Formats: sequence, structure tokens, C-alpha cells
Amino acid sequence: MVDEKTEIGERGRPPSDPPTETLDIWVAGTEEPQFQPTDEGTQEFGRDETKDRLDDQFGRVVQDDYVFDDEVAEDERMVVNMGPQHPSTHGVLRLQLELEGEVVRRTKPIIGYLHTGMEKTAEMLSYSQGSTNVTRMDYLSPMHGELAYSLAVERLLDIEVPARAAAIRVLMTELNRVASHLVALATNGMDIGAVSMMMYGFRERESILAFFEKTTGLRMNHNYIRPGGVAADMAPGWKDDIAAILDDLPGRLRQYDDLLKENPIWLARTKGVGVISPEEAIAYSITGPALRATGVEWDLRKAFPYSGIEQYEFDVPVGENGDVYDRYRIKVDEITESLKIVEQVTETMPKGDYRIGDAKITPPPRARIDESMEALIHHFKLFTEGFKVPAGETYVAVESPRGELGCYLASDGQARPYRMHTRAPSFYNLQALPIAMADSLVADTVATIASIDPVMGDVDR
Amino acid sequence: MSPLLQQLAESFENVTWEDSHAQDVARVPGEDWEAFARAAKEAGFEICADVTAVDWMRQRPERFEVVANLVSMQHKSRLRMVTSVGRHQPSVASLTPIWPGAGFAEREVYDMFGIEFEGHPDLTRILMPDDWEGHPLRKDFGVGSVPVQFKTSHQVS
Amino acid sequence: MTTVDKAANWARTRSMFPASFGLACCAIEMMATGVAHYDLARFGMEAFRASPRQADLMVVAGRVSQKMAPVLRQVYDQMPDPKWVISMGACASTGGMFNNYALVQGVDQVVPVDIYVPGCPPGPQSLMHGILTLHDKIMSGEIVN
Repeated sequence: MVDEKTEIGERGRPPSDPPTETLDIWVAGTEEPQFQPTDEGTQEFGRDETKDRLDDQFGRVVQDDYVFDDEVAEDERMVVNMGPQHPSTHGVLRLQLELEGEVVRRTKPIIGYLHTGMEKTAEMLSYSQGSTNVTRMDYLSPMHGELAYSLAVERLLDIEVPARAAAIRVLMTELNRVASHLVALATNGMDIGAVSMMMYGFRERESILAFFEKTTGLRMNHNYIRPGGVAADMAPGWKDDIAAILDDLPGRLRQYDDLLKENPIWLARTKGVGVISPEEAIAYSITGPALRATGVEWDLRKAFPYSGIEQYEFDVPVGENGDVYDRYRIKVDEITESLKIVEQVTETMPKGDYRIGDAKITPPPRARIDESMEALIHHFKLFTEGFKVPAGETYVAVESPRGELGCYLASDGQARPYRMHTRAPSFYNLQALPIAMADSLVADTVATIASIDPVMGDVDR
Repeated sequence: MSPLLQQLAESFENVTWEDSHAQDVARVPGEDWEAFARAAKEAGFEICADVTAVDWMRQRPERFEVVANLVSMQHKSRLRMVTSVGRHQPSVASLTPIWPGAGFAEREVYDMFGIEFEGHPDLTRILMPDDWEGHPLRKDFGVGSVPVQFKTSHQVS
Repeated sequence: MTTVDKAANWARTRSMFPASFGLACCAIEMMATGVAHYDLARFGMEAFRASPRQADLMVVAGRVSQKMAPVLRQVYDQMPDPKWVISMGACASTGGMFNNYALVQGVDQVVPVDIYVPGCPPGPQSLMHGILTLHDKIMSGEIVN
């Protein structure tokens, strides 16, 4: 579905023409920054050179990125910039809205404000360090990123992790799904006006984060699921912690429903807003809750099961209308389903190793290093050079809270990945924004973005 | 090979088929890229999950490889399409007219590798600033690191 | 320090308004610091101002990319004096684990920073310690703005 009117002519301006005056704030080497920082104590009222250059740069960007039809001048369409710093854009997303009064006619998402060069960094890190990198891409569901990456590496290595490791992975990823959906509901609520939802969502999340901190050492960005298994076994008393979470959350979900489900303001602001049809969703590679809200039942946990998740019983909630309300309902229902999986994993957790015993891949326990020469050598080799992965390439995808999170890994036989690419669900889901927001009000823009739930770390990597 | 792919294989003789760790990979020559993609979509691959590229430098006869991952919901299967692209003025047909979802992904490949996609409605830089020079994910673009005390190098082994 | 100065500093610390400049993972921890469990409202700071014109404190939470650096500078310039900057997290302080072409290696290349909070991401307790250290420094007159 290509809009013929959006004739955004030339392919990216060639870098050398015309000479552009850019603000080289970060210049590698020894040059000083080219602008003067503000004097302390002086108010900035007058325009100075810096501002002119900034305006120039922004002005140019608007002109080059967006060519709109002059023939609709009598309707007085206005191009307004929303973001990248804006409380309601879920991170640094910039939207150029073409407004006709209060109605949004066209939208163009501009991304790249959080580009971190993670795929380039991945080529510098060894395979066991790779988890630290991918975990920071989708920072609301780090476990899923680590899982996709670890599964890809394990597939290239042709190894299978022990049953206990697989079960721990399922437990952690499903808890992460709950935590991520809580944040999505919290920010969704706050953006639309239900500020208490923000307080509730983060409060519940604290108990899950405390569990993560006990097991992995960190509240976020855990670096826990690594190629070969997981980094450490479950902490003592984990079953009680999980039982406490399972007791607590269903009651809280009822609390959220009391607040939102039948609330006339919530219904008025979410029903029929930001509608995406199933054909559009499939054409734009949208996956996850946004796709299921349109009525298409597609969940990677059922279609291409991974890490032993097929042994657990759970349903996949599906919506009907593809609007904001359906996406919200699906998130609440998915929390319930994930808690079911967590309960089943807790009851049936197999005994065994939490990581594969192959000493060439996973480091030996620290105590062994004092006793055994081989353990010392393996430890040394693994942490300096890293293990080598046979040449090949593969693509593995998991179902993250936002959709299909995949990892494409190409190796040439060395100890560092040759190419690591992450298929980020939010990157593709953002393409839905122009369709979902066409001919809607500005206020609906905020609701739509919040319901699509983009995580900019994933989008820009 | 599954009957689904059998049909595709018969229509396109220049395509070589591989099995990479239990996944089907079709190596498509550049001129058949778009036609093969259309045929794949008709055969049931409704979703284009991902379009990316790899810079093989001198390890392969052609420098770049463009990789498209397809998913079929009705048949619950995946297919990977790969094509090789040379180093001088690299370009390949765009998949955006077939699957609009590939739009952003192809812009990213253009931004990061410099591979142009013919038929793409808006081929501009997406992740880097608009006036950035160079294509970061190419192997001859340095990582751009700053010297850090006590750390000798960021070496690729 | 005169009594007027002391009174002004007291007023400034007790009602600081942070500007929301959450970028990446640290933003989530900043939000977690602001809501129920680790409450910033006990210091009068839970209302994150959307507009930099109404804010005193900019908490740069997350990694600053090349494209974002001019925006960061512009938001900083739009804040009226007195203003303070907390650089939250490893990426904001020094570029963190991403020593590459895409990130500004430390926001102090772009804006003057008063407090650096290390961590990846720093937990809410660390961020609060950073904020309270800033309060102490303002109260004692060490940071004269």
C-alpha cells in the first residue's frame, strides 16, 4: 500500500552536495566542540549563532524529509513536529504530523534518535558477551532478546540445553512478559489520563523486578540467558517468591479492570481509535498483540515453539476490531496467560543442570578453578578469546511482548559474530502508525502510539 | 523439500536451494529477486519478517548479501531468500511494493550498507543523521571507538 | 553565604522540577523512582515537567546518539536558570559499553553536568542518592548557579 502522493523524491541527499553546515558536537579526536556552551547565570534571550545553525539544520530536515501537496493550500494544512522530546512518545520517537485543524491527515515517523550501533558492537564482543548487548535493545523485555540470541548461537553450535535450563528460560521470559505488559498498561493509562494506572503498573512490576534481582543480580538488562543455558541457578526460596507473585497479581488485575474496563471515558478514548485491519497488519509485517488485536491468531509460541514451551497449556487471546481497546484487553489477558505458564513451570521444574556441561562453551564453577588445571585453562580461554562457532547462518525468532523478536546470526568460524542482526518488532510495528493515525484527532495520536507500545531501543538499536 | 517449495523450485531454475540448520534457504540471482518474491507471496508467504544484509568483504565472490526472511502463517513455515550483490554501485529490486512492511528495513540496509533498492518509495537515511557520511555496518567503516585508559584495543579476532 | 542565599537554596532544593528527558533503559528506572515504591514525591519531585521552560533539573537518562545531541543541547538551552543536570547511567556519563561511532561518549561533551550517577541502569536507590547529593551540594552552596 504505497501512497503515490507522498513523492519524497531524491534518495537520501548525497553527502557531499551541497556543503552542509552541521553541528559537529561529537568530533572524534582532539578538536574542541564548535559551539560555546551557555554562560552560567545568563539568560538566553537573544538569538546566537548556535541557535541559527540548529534552526537551519532542523529547517533543512523538514524540507527534505517531507514534500507535501501544495494544491490543498486552501485547507491550510500545517506540518507539526511531535518529539523527539515529548512526554507521550515513549522514548525518542519523532512524528511529523500533517494537520488539518485538529485532524491528522498524514504522519511520518522519524527514528534514529537512539541509534546505538549495537549491531556493530556485536561484532566486537565474543559470543558469551553478546547477551549484554542484545539485552539492551528491547530494554523492557531483555530476557526475550537474550533468548533469541542464545537460541541462534546454540543452533549454530548444534547443541541442546538441559531441560532445567529450558524451563528456567521459559519462566524468566514469561515473567518478563508480565512485567513488560504492566509497563505498557501503565504508560498507556497515563498517556490517556488515568494516572493511577501508572502507579499501579509500576507497583506490581516491583515485585517481579525484586525476583529478577534475586536470581540474576540486576533489575533490568540481566545478561542472564546465555548461549549454553543460563548464568546461575534459581535462588533458594524462589518457589515462595513466585507463589507470592501469583497470589498477588490476579487481584491487582481485577483492580485495573475496575478502573478501566467499563469506564466510559476510557471506552470513549479507546474504542474505535487507531484501527488497523488484518490485511494492513499482515502487509506491514506487524506482529504480536497489535496483530492479534485485528483478529489474526498468530503467536510464535504456538506456531514455532521454542525452549520447551509446547509442554505448557495456555491460550492466545485474540481481539476483533484492531483498535486501542482491543490491544489493551489483549495485554491484560496475556498477563493472565503468562501467569498460568509460570505456575505450570514452577510445579514441573525439572532437576538437573542449569547449563550445558560442555566445558568448551560454558565456564566451569569458580571453585573448580583452584582444584583442576583443565578448569583453569578453560576459564582462561573462554574469557579471553571465547568459544568459536562453526561457520553458518541462521535466524531464530521468539515471541516477545511486542511481536516477533528474531536474531539473524552469521558466523565465519571465529570467536566473534560476523554479523548479528536483530529483527526488532517495534521497528516494524511503527510502520503501522501512519495507517492507524490517518484521519484521526491529535489526541488519538497519543493513545495509538501508546497502544502500539514501541520501545525505541528496539527500533533504533 | 516440502511441496510448497517444490512448486517454487520448478518455476525458477536458477535458484539454488540449501538447508541451513533445518531452515530452507533459496539463493536467488539478482534479476529474479522480485519475481521470486512475488511467487513466494502467492504461494503463501504472507509476511516478510525481515530484510537485512551481510558484508562479506573478500570472503565471497560478491561483496554483499541481501537476506529476506519470509513467514507463512497458513503453512507454518519459514523461508529465507538470499541474493548476492556486488561491490560497485550495489543495488537490488525493492520488496516494498510486494510487502510494504519491508519499507523501513530496506531503508536501514541502505543507511547501514549503501545498497540501493530500486522501486523503494522513500530511500533515505533512517537511523543515522541525514548528513552522515559513510555506511556504518560495512566492514571498512571503523567502529569509531575512543581510546580508553587501560584498555588496549577493540580487536576483531 | 548570606541568609538570602541560604533561603533561596533551600527553596530551590525543596521544589525542584525535573524535565523529562528519558531516552532508554535508564528512563524506565527513572520512572520507577518517580512512582509508588521509591517515591520521589517525598522530595517534591514527582511532577516531571513536559516543557523545559518550567523545569530546573534535567536528568539525562539513557544513551545520547549523534542525532539526539543537538536536541539535547536545545532542550538544555531552553531551560531557564538556575538549572542543573544529572547524568544518569553509564551511557550518559561516559558512553557506557557502547564505545562506537553512534553515541556521544558522555553528555558532558554537550551540556555541563553536575552529578554523575553510575550504573547500568542505576537502581532507583542510586538515582535517589544522586538527587539527594545534588540537593546537599546546592544547600551548602558548593554548586553556585
